[in-house]
Amino acid sequence: MTSLQMPKVDKSIILNKEKIVSDIGKIVNKENILSDEDQIKPYETDALAAYKQMPLVVVLPENVQEVSSILKYCNDNKIKVVPRGAGTGLSGGSLPLADCVLLAMGKFNKILEVDYINRCVVTQPCVTNLAITNEVQDKGFYYAPDPSSQIACSIGGNVAENSGGVHSLKYGATTNNLLGIEVVLMDGTITRFGGKAMDAEGYDFLGLMTGSEGLLGVITEVIVKILKAPEVVKAALIGFQTIEDAGNCVAQIIAKGCIPAGMEIMDKALTKATNDFSKAGYPTDAEAMMIVEFDGTEHEVESYIKKVQKIAEENNSSSLRISKSDEERLKFWAGRKAAFPACGVLAPDYMCMDGSIPRGKLAEVLKEITRLSKKFDLPVANAFHAGDGNLHPLIMFDANNEESLRKTEEFGAEILKYCVKVGGALTGEHGVGIEKRELMCEAFNDNDIQQQLTIKVALDPNSLLNPGKVYPILRKCAEEGRVHVHGGKTKFPDIPRF
Amino acid sequence: MSMGEKQNFQTFQDFNQSIFKPRTIEEVSAIIKECYKKNIPLEIRGLNSKKKIGRNFQSEKTLDLSNYTGIIDYKPEELYIKVRAGTPLKEIKLELDKHNQQLAFEPIDFGPLFSGKNNEGSIGGVISCNFAGPSRFKVGSARDHVLGFQGVNGKGEIIKSGGTVVKNVTGYDLSKLLTGSFGTLAVLTELSIKVLPKSFLNKTIVIENPHLRKALGYLNSALLSSSDPSGGIFYPEYFRSHFTFNDLTTEGPITAIRVEGPVESVDHRIKKLCKELNTHKDKIAILEPEQSYIFWEKTRSLQVFSELKNNLLRIVVPASETFEAINKLKIYDIRYFIDWGGSLIWVQIDSVSLKILRNIKEIVNKASGYLTIVKIEENLKASIDVFTIDPIKYKISEKIKKSFDPKRILNPGKMYSGI
Repeated sequence: MTSLQMPKVDKSIILNKEKIVSDIGKIVNKENILSDEDQIKPYETDALAAYKQMPLVVVLPENVQEVSSILKYCNDNKIKVVPRGAGTGLSGGSLPLADCVLLAMGKFNKILEVDYINRCVVTQPCVTNLAITNEVQDKGFYYAPDPSSQIACSIGGNVAENSGGVHSLKYGATTNNLLGIEVVLMDGTITRFGGKAMDAEGYDFLGLMTGSEGLLGVITEVIVKILKAPEVVKAALIGFQTIEDAGNCVAQIIAKGCIPAGMEIMDKALTKATNDFSKAGYPTDAEAMMIVEFDGTEHEVESYIKKVQKIAEENNSSSLRISKSDEERLKFWAGRKAAFPACGVLAPDYMCMDGSIPRGKLAEVLKEITRLSKKFDLPVANAFHAGDGNLHPLIMFDANNEESLRKTEEFGAEILKYCVKVGGALTGEHGVGIEKRELMCEAFNDNDIQQQLTIKVALDPNSLLNPGKVYPILRKCAEEGRVHVHGGKTKFPDIPRF
Repeated sequence: MSMGEKQNFQTFQDFNQSIFKPRTIEEVSAIIKECYKKNIPLEIRGLNSKKKIGRNFQSEKTLDLSNYTGIIDYKPEELYIKVRAGTPLKEIKLELDKHNQQLAFEPIDFGPLFSGKNNEGSIGGVISCNFAGPSRFKVGSARDHVLGFQGVNGKGEIIKSGGTVVKNVTGYDLSKLLTGSFGTLAVLTELSIKVLPKSFLNKTIVIENPHLRKALGYLNSALLSSSDPSGGIFYPEYFRSHFTFNDLTTEGPITAIRVEGPVESVDHRIKKLCKELNTHKDKIAILEPEQSYIFWEKTRSLQVFSELKNNLLRIVVPASETFEAINKLKIYDIRYFIDWGGSLIWVQIDSVSLKILRNIKEIVNKASGYLTIVKIEENLKASIDVFTIDPIKYKISEKIKKSFDPKRILNPGKMYSGI
C-alpha cells in the first residue's frame, strides 16, 4: 500500500484515552463503548480494505440525544469523529483515524414508520437499503435506488454517499428519492432538513448533506419515498461485434425518446468472466454485451422493447434475446451482478474504478483503457452503467507484488483523469473518500475547492468530523505532488457490487 | 483592480452606473469584486418574472443578467443542455422542442399572476427559485434536474460544481444548495440542466365531483396505483369557468389526473385507473392530448389567478394533512386549488392581516408543512416573513450565507432579514 497523508495525530488525545472513555461512559451505556484492541479490530477498515487504521475508541450510540452529546463533547475537547454505517463503502469514507472516536451507528436499525398515504418510509439510518423494500413489497411498493450491495449497505450510508445503482437512469440516485433527514452537527445541534412536505423552502441543506460523505453532519433519521412497483419488467440481452456499435445503440435508444429502467454494457472480458462464473447464457463471442430493461405496463414495455430491437438491429447487433419470464430476466442480471467474484477468479486482486463519462464517449474511453492496459501490462474488464454514463473498470493485479499494486494505482488514476478530460466526473456513485481525494484537483480548481472547504469550516470550524476525507490535505491544488490512488480487494467478496 | 479587470469595466461600462448588464463572466466577476471591496449591496435580476417574490430589500446597484444569454451546448442524446443563466426559458424550450425534449419539472409561469402575460423568466431565475410544476411528485423538482453550474460568489470568485453527466458525486452537491437560494449565495452564470424526452402522448381523466374529501381520495388512489400518473389536481367550483370540456357540464368542482407515455400504454392505464377509482355516479371525461395540454398549461401558469389583485399563498403539506388544513383555512375568505396530487395548495386570500397570517402559519406548521407568501399587499410586505425558518436553521443559513457571501452583498435580505 502506498502511503497516504492523513490529518496529524493529536498525541494528547491518545494519551488521554482513559479519561475520554470514562467521559463518554457518562453519555452512553458502558457496554456501548469499545476500546480493547480485539473489540475494535472489526472497525479498522471499510470495504476499501487496503487501508486499515485502528480508531482510538468505538462508540455505539442508541439514540439521537446520545449522538448529540458525544459530538458536543468531542467538539468541546477537539476530538476527531469518524461516522460509520454498515462499513460497505468503496472509497474509504469511514476509515478511522488513530486519534478518533469512531461513531458506529449500528444500533439505529429500526424502521420507524411506513406511510402509504404520503408514500414514504421513516427509518433509522442503519437499516439496510434492501430492508426498506422488504418492508413495503407485500403492498406492491419498493425503494428505487439499488446499489448492488443493497443487502448489506445502510440507508444512512446511502445518503452520505448519494449512492446510485443500476436503475438510477430512470429513477435517480439517493438524492432524488429522499424526502428528509434528521442530522446532528459537530457542535451537537440536532435538526431536520426536508420532511414529508416536498421541497422545503430555504437553502437546500438536504441536498447539501446528501453525498457529503460524513463531513458535515451525522445522519440519525431518514425519510425516503417509495414507489409502486411496475406491472411488468422485461429485459433484452443484446450482443454487438464492436464497442462502437454498442455505444451508438445506447445513444440512439436515448435519442429516440426511450428511457430504460436500466441499461448496462459489459466488454468481452467481463462477459466471458461473468458467464463462466454464473452460467448466465451470455453471448461470449460478442465484443460488447448489453442488458436493457424496461418497466411499466405490459403495453408500454412491449412498445419500448420493439423499438430497442429495431435500433439494435440497425446497429449491427449480433444476438438478441428478450426475457420471457421474471426468472429469465433475473438470470440476465445474475452474471452482471457477479462481476466482482467473477474477476476474483481471474486474478488475486482487483481494483474497481468509478468514473462517469458522457454516454457518447464510451468507445473512446474504452479504447484508452485498452491502451493503458497494454501500457501497464495489467488486464482489465469493464462494466458500464451505459444509461447514465457510469463506468466501472476492474483492474486485475496481485496485491502481494508491490510493483503490481503501484502500477494499478497509476493505471486507475490515468483512467479517472481521462474520464474528467472527456467531460465526465471522478466518481459517479462510490464517493471520493480517501481513494480519489488527491485527484480532486483534476476536477476542480482552487476557487471551487476553497468554496467547498469554507462550507465545511462554517459547519465544523475545527474540522473534527471525518477529517482527511474528500479534500486534499494541502490547501492549494498547485501544491499537490504525486497522485496516490489506492485500491484493493473488497472486505466482503460475497456482496454484489456496483 | 488588476489590468484584466480594468479592461473588463472599460469594455462595457464604468462602475458609476446603477444597473450593470454584463456579457461575460469576467465582467460579472469584476463587478462583484468591486462591490465586495466597496461594500455595495447588489440586486440580482434576470427577466423580472419573479422579482416580486421574496422580501423587499435595499440595494445600491443592480446586476442584470438579461444580456448574459445563449445556449452554450445542447446534446440531446446526452440528455443535457448547457446555457447562460440569463437565457429566457422560452428560447430554451423552443430549442428542446426541435428534438422533442423537455424540462420535465414544468417550471411555474408566474407571468399571468404578476403581469397578466406569460413570462416564464430566465433559466437562472427558474433555478434560483425552485418552483416546480404539476409533475413534481413524479419527476422531482428543479433541483433534481440541475447537473452543474458555474457562478460567482460574493467575493467575485468564479466557482463551479457538478458537470454535465447525470451521475456525479465528486464533492459537495452545491448545485442543489444554490437551487432555490434566490440569488443570495452566488450569481449563477452557467447552468447544465438535465433534459428528458417528451412523452409520446398525454391524456387526462377529469372527474366531476362535489367534495374535497372525495377529490383527495381520488388523487390518493391515483398516486398509489401502478398507473404512474404525472399530474393530479383539484379545482373547486369557483374556478370552473376557466375550464370547459366537451363531455362535461360547466359547473361544479373537478379532479383531474394526467397519464402520459406511449399511445397504447396511456389508453390502457387510463382504462385501468378509471376502474380503480371507482367513481360511481361522478361523471368522467377523458381529455384528448390537445385539450389535456391546454389544461395543464393553464395550471402551470396559474391562470386562475391571472392579474390577481389580492394575496396569494403557496402551502405545501404532506398529502395526508391537506383535508384538515383546508378545512381550518376555510374560516378565512379564501379561494384555493390543489396541485401535486394533494400536497400543494395555492391559496388566494382577499383580506389579510398580520394576525391572520400568523394563524395560517400555525395551521400549516401543525400540518407539518410550510407556507410561502407569493403575493401580498405592499403595506404588509415590510412587516411579514415571506419564508418561514426556525432559529436553528436560521443560524445554519447565516453560516452558509457567510461562506459564499461574507459581506452580504448578493440580494441581502431577499429571503430572511439579516441573511
